[in-house]
Amino acid sequence: MKDTVIKTDKLTKRFGDFIAANEISFEVYRGEIFGFLGANGAGKTTAMRMLCGLSAPSSGKAIIAGFDVYKQTEMIKRNIGYMSQKFSLYDDLTVLENIHFFGGIYGLTDKQLEMKSKALIERLGLQQEAKKLVASLPLGWKQKLSFSVAVLHDPKIVFLDEPTGGVDPVTRRQFWDLIYDAADRGVTVFVTTHYMDEAEYCHRISIMVDGRIEALDTPKGLKQAFQVQSMDEVFYTLARGAKRGD
Amino acid sequence: MDAVVVQDLIKIYGKDDVRAVDNVSFSVKPGELFGLIGPDGAGKTSIFRMLTTLLLPDGGSATVDGYDIVKDYKYIRNTVGYMPGRFSLYQDLTIEENLTFFATVFGTSIEENYHLIKDIYVQIERFKDRRAGKLSGGMKQKLALCCALIHKPTVLFLDEPTTGVDPVSRKEFWEMLKRLKQEGITIVVSTPYMDEATMCDRIALIQSGKILSIERPEVIVNAYADQLYAVKADHMYSLLKALNRFDHTINSYAYGEYAHASFRGPATEHEVVEFLTSQGLANIEMHRIAPTIEDCFIKLLKNS
Repeated sequence: MKDTVIKTDKLTKRFGDFIAANEISFEVYRGEIFGFLGANGAGKTTAMRMLCGLSAPSSGKAIIAGFDVYKQTEMIKRNIGYMSQKFSLYDDLTVLENIHFFGGIYGLTDKQLEMKSKALIERLGLQQEAKKLVASLPLGWKQKLSFSVAVLHDPKIVFLDEPTGGVDPVTRRQFWDLIYDAADRGVTVFVTTHYMDEAEYCHRISIMVDGRIEALDTPKGLKQAFQVQSMDEVFYTLARGAKRGD
Repeated sequence: MDAVVVQDLIKIYGKDDVRAVDNVSFSVKPGELFGLIGPDGAGKTSIFRMLTTLLLPDGGSATVDGYDIVKDYKYIRNTVGYMPGRFSLYQDLTIEENLTFFATVFGTSIEENYHLIKDIYVQIERFKDRRAGKLSGGMKQKLALCCALIHKPTVLFLDEPTTGVDPVSRKEFWEMLKRLKQEGITIVVSTPYMDEATMCDRIALIQSGKILSIERPEVIVNAYADQLYAVKADHMYSLLKALNRFDHTINSYAYGEYAHASFRGPATEHEVVEFLTSQGLANIEMHRIAPTIEDCFIKLLKNS
């Protein structure tokens, strides 16, 4: 039996007459790397905000890590991690301060914080940098730290919103090693990206077009269904048909 | 005369004397589409801001259309177009008001140079009474490009115009740039997306303030010294780890559905497959491939 950690049923968000997310239904399993793709304006951010318990749906159902998106948003927030390119760490806090700050926000006790921050700093090999400002770290280290902080409280699911935008090709790949590693430990990874090669690294992918999920399968399955060689072509075929957005 | 000439340009920030731009030199020919390709923090924006006279260099020199970026800043500001990475039009003005504003500031009108922006403007024209702050990302990008073009600049500087933009819109944007190039406008564009490099006439690969290579994209690709292979097996993460352990591996990393790898001379394809099989991998597939710009960049990063 697959262990379902995200389950949505006709999840919908309306802003006035505009249907940002239109009856989306899908399931994501434990330890899965799930790629959430779509053109700008397709409704990805809206959908993701609902899944994180940050925005109440207009209709439909969703259970995230066992909790209801209408009634149990606080429990959802405790059981998920979140990281994006735009918002990750505070540059003017030290490495240790950042770990303590975010760990505290996620509700870890002082004792847990002390243990976990020590272990994390050792695992990342940041002993020398623990008391340095995050601003002084190279981008690759910042990213590793920011991902590790997002999973510090052992969430069931981690949401990554374009985590690798603008990052160099080597650092980008090191970051995916972290994702694989987390998934191996049973953490579910829900990730958005504009890099189609990264779509290939996901176990399954959904592609949103105009508020709807138009395709959902393994990368291999999607390429077969569309009879094309690359995810790039799958994406073009679907997103070219989009009527709204940019 | 070259449209842009950069000579040993240096920019230093902060107490720690970080060299954001470290002795950078390149030149751009008139009518050329020149790309600065590199990740965040490589120094691309600092170079753009110095060339558009918004930032003073700490060393070296540069000219745009023959004008010096320090002494002749007033000339340069009149002739170049600049689209910064961060949206910087007036959020409270409508599309049409923004465009009229920029045309007026440069002493021209929308009508005079309408042919330059027509292809792009028609895509947002039906929203012309909407405030810029209320536009979607792609529409903002198109408006910003129109505003940077409306005075018919000789050189157009575009700082990461496609960052955060989906693959379909990115492709459309590059098609627009190709049409502008046909109008004879010199374009200097930066991007963190390696696949966009092939759209440029010449590119400079840049990392940590230093230029790693300047060439036509096809020359950079042809100069790749090792034989590159695409390798596939039933389990990607195990494959990557196994390739890393192999004694003869020079370089190996994930690349879409395949791993890309190069091997030292003595290792034959057969030996690689044999090793991977001994590591418990199955359904191994391996074939020679031509490198992409991203492969070249990865190799340059590892060597530097």
